Amino acid sequence: MRVDFDYTRSLGPVLSVFMTGLRDGRILAARTSAGLVVPPPEFDPVTLQPPTQFEPVADTGVVETWTWVPDPVADQPFERPFAFALIRLDGVESTLLHAVDVPAADDMRTGMRVRARWREHRVGAITDIACFVPEESPASTPDTSPSVPTAGAGEPVTGIVTPVRLRYTYAASPEESAFFRGLADGRILGQRCPACGKVYVPPRGACPVDGLPTTDEVELSDEGTVTTFCIVNVPFLGQRITPPYVSAYVLLDGADIAFLHLLLDVDPAEVRMGMRVRAVWRPREEWTTSLENISHFAPTGAPDADYDTYKGHL
Amino acid sequence: MRRVAVVGFAQRQALDFPGSPTCVELLVPIFAECFAQTGWTKDDIGFWCSGSSDYLAGRSFSFVSAVDAIGALPPVVESHVEMDAAWAMYEAWVKIQTGEVDTALVYGFGKSSAATLRRILALQLDPYTMTPLWPDTVSLAALQARAGLEAGRWSQADLAAVVATNLTRAVTNPHAVRAASMTPEEVASLPAYADPLRALECAPVTDGAAALVLAAEDRALESCAQPAYITGFAHAIDAHHLGTRDLLRAPSVQIAAKAAGVTPETVEVAEVHAPFAHQELLVRSELGFTDSTTINPSGGALGGNPMFAGGLIRMGEAASRIWSGQADTVVGHATSGPLLQHNLVCLMTSEPTGGRS
Repeated sequence: MRVDFDYTRSLGPVLSVFMTGLRDGRILAARTSAGLVVPPPEFDPVTLQPPTQFEPVADTGVVETWTWVPDPVADQPFERPFAFALIRLDGVESTLLHAVDVPAADDMRTGMRVRARWREHRVGAITDIACFVPEESPASTPDTSPSVPTAGAGEPVTGIVTPVRLRYTYAASPEESAFFRGLADGRILGQRCPACGKVYVPPRGACPVDGLPTTDEVELSDEGTVTTFCIVNVPFLGQRITPPYVSAYVLLDGADIAFLHLLLDVDPAEVRMGMRVRAVWRPREEWTTSLENISHFAPTGAPDADYDTYKGHL
Repeated sequence: MRRVAVVGFAQRQALDFPGSPTCVELLVPIFAECFAQTGWTKDDIGFWCSGSSDYLAGRSFSFVSAVDAIGALPPVVESHVEMDAAWAMYEAWVKIQTGEVDTALVYGFGKSSAATLRRILALQLDPYTMTPLWPDTVSLAALQARAGLEAGRWSQADLAAVVATNLTRAVTNPHAVRAASMTPEEVASLPAYADPLRALECAPVTDGAAALVLAAEDRALESCAQPAYITGFAHAIDAHHLGTRDLLRAPSVQIAAKAAGVTPETVEVAEVHAPFAHQELLVRSELGFTDSTTINPSGGALGGNPMFAGGLIRMGEAASRIWSGQADTVVGHATSGPLLQHNLVCLMTSEPTGGRS
């Protein structure tokens, strides 16, 4: 399962100064009650006042502590092994976390002098410093051009965008597993609570009324009743169907809980509570263990269900 | 203050729980275990409070699905913290203090294996200057471990001894997911993983859940022969930026312990939430414990550390030493945030008055 979003934040007056400095190839420290601090804190932890004085500091410093990263995770500064270090920039009272690019752990030691390797194209982010390197490394790498401001030079940097890309291995519960395997055979399987007898679809790990595991499997009809619905008129990112279209809660015959699906093949203006609908399955050769095996629901044309048959599910 | 006691506790831990990230399948049996211990049913529980994380589950409002495990009809009074469930226990304790309820069931759950745990936890860091570098949890802990090694605060042998003690004790803990009768020398002979940390010095990535029952004093004895009375409970937090903290100190541990009224020399057993070996030494030092206090008889977090339940497990393990009569004064500690940033200390005694003069 993928969860992706751009973490987009405005910067306050303090971090705006810091990020603008980074874009321009300068590290700006805040003058606080503890001396010069990088990155500048938004509020001084002692005086509780926002810092107002900023001073450029050297992009060189000393490694205070470090660790070797033998197996980097996605989006870290390097895909190959590297070091993370807390670096005390010259003249600064605090330390800055960043990567140090050396070939092997044996090339790292506490107390070693390092300097920033700047990116050529800078946007106003902590990653404008690509990494730190041993101070004696050759200076003429392609990345090193701190005097050349880039994107939006002259304008203050007022926001950051951090892409967040998360990957999960989603495991289904035993009940969900049975449900998805059933779908691959064109069957809709629910589970019945042993105490109250209610049938849940998709099945849940426990009956939300009784808190008991639902163990009794029930095969359900692919016909049901619309209990409620909404007409989607608003376009949004990732939308697969052109609006307007209908999302409906369908109470399958034999189930005690409605579930959400698409209702198509009908003029949205015609859709109503109580409408009888049937699943429209995709061609059998396209079936997988997915609810998408059901393309959508469509009206059966049968007379509407009596209100009493679904009033308990609104 | 109302006197409140821990009267029930159950847990499950696994290296790779095969079920859903809501952990409903884990919660149902541990709630049943808590009911069996107390003789209560869900109708006896006045307040439900959970700790979990949507980032761990990979879905929003994941804790709402977990409410299924309660059986919430008629509706229950429920709350949630996006933190370790030890803080849910704190909230429940406060709720009982208000007099609105007399009992509470606190639970936490986390399927740490659903994503890459050490990467996911970078999302709890400063979003401007740290998260964009994706500093993983193990790397951050290793920075702290090396700082301590080079400052002479602890040695590699000290860290190996912490691992050997915890993993050997974990052998007798049926819930531990990592256990081994090892000598410090055997641990010390293992190679570094994230230099200077060895893999065994890092808590295993653990899936699991835990639940704990609290009762006001007047309800405690009906549910538990020897309740563990909470006589002090406090938490405190250090600054967020690692670069401005002294990583060899955790002042918030000391502040919380003082506020909870901990007198170190009277504490017989402490369960310390230290996901990395050196952090046990650091917390122990902040709490002022000497060799007269047994630390982590359960094997601690190095034997198993389900995210968002690991701190609550420390509370339950500590309380269980009072139920069993092994100790009269115990401390449970929980931590949250990067490198021991946020700390919770709970002092529990066998007598409601605490026996402190």
